[in-house]
Amino acid sequence: MIIAEQKPLAEVKALVADAQKVLVVGCGTCVTVCFAGGAREAAIMAASLRMATQLDGNGKEVAEVVVQRQCEWEYLDEIAQQVGEVDVVLSLGCGIGVQAMVEHFSNAWVVPGLNTSFLGLPTEQGVWAERCAACGDCILGLTGGICPIARCSKSLLNGPCGGSENGHCEINAEVPCAWQLIYDRLSSLGKLDRLLEIQPPKNWRTARDGGPRKIVRPDLRLPAEEE
Amino acid sequence: MPPEPNGNGYLSGSNLEKVLKHGHFAVTGELGPPQNADGEVIRKKAKLLKGNCDAVNLTDNQTAIVRMSSIGAGAIVVQEGLEPIIQMTCRDRNRLAMQSDLLGAYALGMRNLLCLSGDHQTFGNHPTAKNVFDLDSIQMVQMVSLMRDTKVFQCGEAFKGQEPRFFVGAAESPFANPIEFRPLRLGKKVKAGASFIQTQLIYDIEAFKTFMTKVRELGLSEKVYILAGVGPLKSPTMARYMKDNVPGLWIPDQLIERMAAVGAPWAGKSKDELTKEDKKARSAAWQTEGIKICIELIQQIREIEGVAGVHIMAIEWEEAVKPIVEGAGLLPRPIV
Repeated sequence: MIIAEQKPLAEVKALVADAQKVLVVGCGTCVTVCFAGGAREAAIMAASLRMATQLDGNGKEVAEVVVQRQCEWEYLDEIAQQVGEVDVVLSLGCGIGVQAMVEHFSNAWVVPGLNTSFLGLPTEQGVWAERCAACGDCILGLTGGICPIARCSKSLLNGPCGGSENGHCEINAEVPCAWQLIYDRLSSLGKLDRLLEIQPPKNWRTARDGGPRKIVRPDLRLPAEEE
Repeated sequence: MPPEPNGNGYLSGSNLEKVLKHGHFAVTGELGPPQNADGEVIRKKAKLLKGNCDAVNLTDNQTAIVRMSSIGAGAIVVQEGLEPIIQMTCRDRNRLAMQSDLLGAYALGMRNLLCLSGDHQTFGNHPTAKNVFDLDSIQMVQMVSLMRDTKVFQCGEAFKGQEPRFFVGAAESPFANPIEFRPLRLGKKVKAGASFIQTQLIYDIEAFKTFMTKVRELGLSEKVYILAGVGPLKSPTMARYMKDNVPGLWIPDQLIERMAAVGAPWAGKSKDELTKEDKKARSAAWQTEGIKICIELIQQIREIEGVAGVHIMAIEWEEAVKPIVEGAGLLPRPIV
C-alpha cells in the first residue's frame, strides 16, 4: 500500500495561513491503515489547527470529513458542497488524493497535509518499510521475490556491491542489504545458479524515466469513450 | 588470459595491458584529483608517481565528494607522460553520459578504465543529490567491452569510425558480504568482459589466500589479471577507524599493534603534553612502519599464485609510493 506521513504542523499552518475556513479531508484507504490520514488523524489535525490558530490570535474555522477513497472521483461527489464552502482544502490523502481533488474541484485550493513516502508494508508495530518502486517491469521472479530496485540503495541488478557488511547496506546499519537477502533466500532454496547470469541493463522506460505513465485497457473501455 | 582482438594483439595497447601481458608483476597507483580546478595539483602528484607505477587510477568523485573529473585530471596525467586508469562510477552518469564521456576520454589518449558502482551519495558532500545507477558496474563493463569489440553502442546501434579501445577493469572486495559469493561475482565481471581486477585493500593475507584459492578453482586467475590492493597505514588510529568503518576491510590486530608499538615512546602522554616536534617524530615513526608493513604485504602477496600485480592506494600520500615500490624490489618498472 501507499505509506505516507504527516507534514509538521508548522508547515501545514503555513500552507493554510491565508485561509479562514479550512476543510481537512481524510482518506479511508491506505493512509488510514498507516495512521497518517484516516478519520482519527483528520480529527486530530482539525483540532490541532483550531487550537494552534486560536493561540496565534487568529482562530480559523476548521471542519473535517473523510472519504472512502480520495483517489477516485466518484467518492469525492459527496463532499462537493463542503469543499465549495471553504477557502482551502487540506488533504490528508496521498499525492494522488490531492490531485484527484484538484482535478475534480476546479475552483478549490487544495494543499497537502501529508508527505507520500513510498509503497510498502508494516514490518512491526509502528514500522513501515519500502518494498516496491513501481518500475513497471517486475523482476521479482529473478531475485527470489526480493526487489533490488526498491530495496538496494543503488538499485543494482548484479549486486551486491562492496558496501554490504554484516547483512546491512553501506548507507546505514538500519538498512538491510537487499542483495544479502536475495543471496540468502536463493541459497536456502538451492537456486543460487540464478545469480550467475548477468542481468542486462534495465529498460527504465516503463518506470518514471519514460515520462508520466498511463495504462489503457481497451477491454474495459465503454463504447462511447472509444469514439 | 583475455581474448585478443585482431591487429597488434592487444585489446587497448595500454602500458598496463602490455606489462601484464608480458608477465611482469604490475604496479598501479592512485591519484586523487583535487577539490578545485588547479591542474598543477595533478602535475605535482603525477611527478611523484611517474616511473614508480605502470599506470595510476584517477578517482571519480571518490566517496561522493565533488572533485576534478577523472577524465579531466586524466588528460593532464597523459600530458605528464604517466598512464591513467580512468575510474567511472554508476552513481553520477546514465548510459548516455558514460558512453559519450568515454568516447571523449579515448580521444584524449586514455586507454584504461575501471568500472565501479560508486559510493552512495549520502556519504559525500552533496547528500541531497539524486543518484543515477542506470547501469551497475557489471553492465558498464559489458557495455564498454562491446563498444570496443563489436563497435556498437549499448542500445545495439552500430557506429562507424574509431571505437574506444579500453583495457577494461573492475573492482573486487574479497571480504565484503556475502563472502561466499564474492569469487562467483568476480566470475560475472570476467564474463562481462573485465580484463583486470583491482581489489579492496588487503591486510589479512591468510584470508586473501583463501579467496585466491577459490578464484583459482573457478579458473578465473587464468582469465583475468588480479591486482591486489595495498596501502600504507598512517597511524594506529587510522587503522582502527578503517577496520571498524570500511565494509570489507579486514586489518589483523597484530598489524595495528605493530603500528601502536612504534608510537610507544610517545604513548601515555596527553595531546597537550606532546610538543609539535614530538608529534612530528611520532608521525614519522608511524609512517615508516606503515610503509614497512606495506612492503611486507606486497612480498607476501607476490607469492600467491594467480596474483598479477599490486594496486597501491596511498591517496594524499603519494610520496609513499616510491619507497614502497622500491622497498618491494619492483623498481625499475618494465619498459614494454
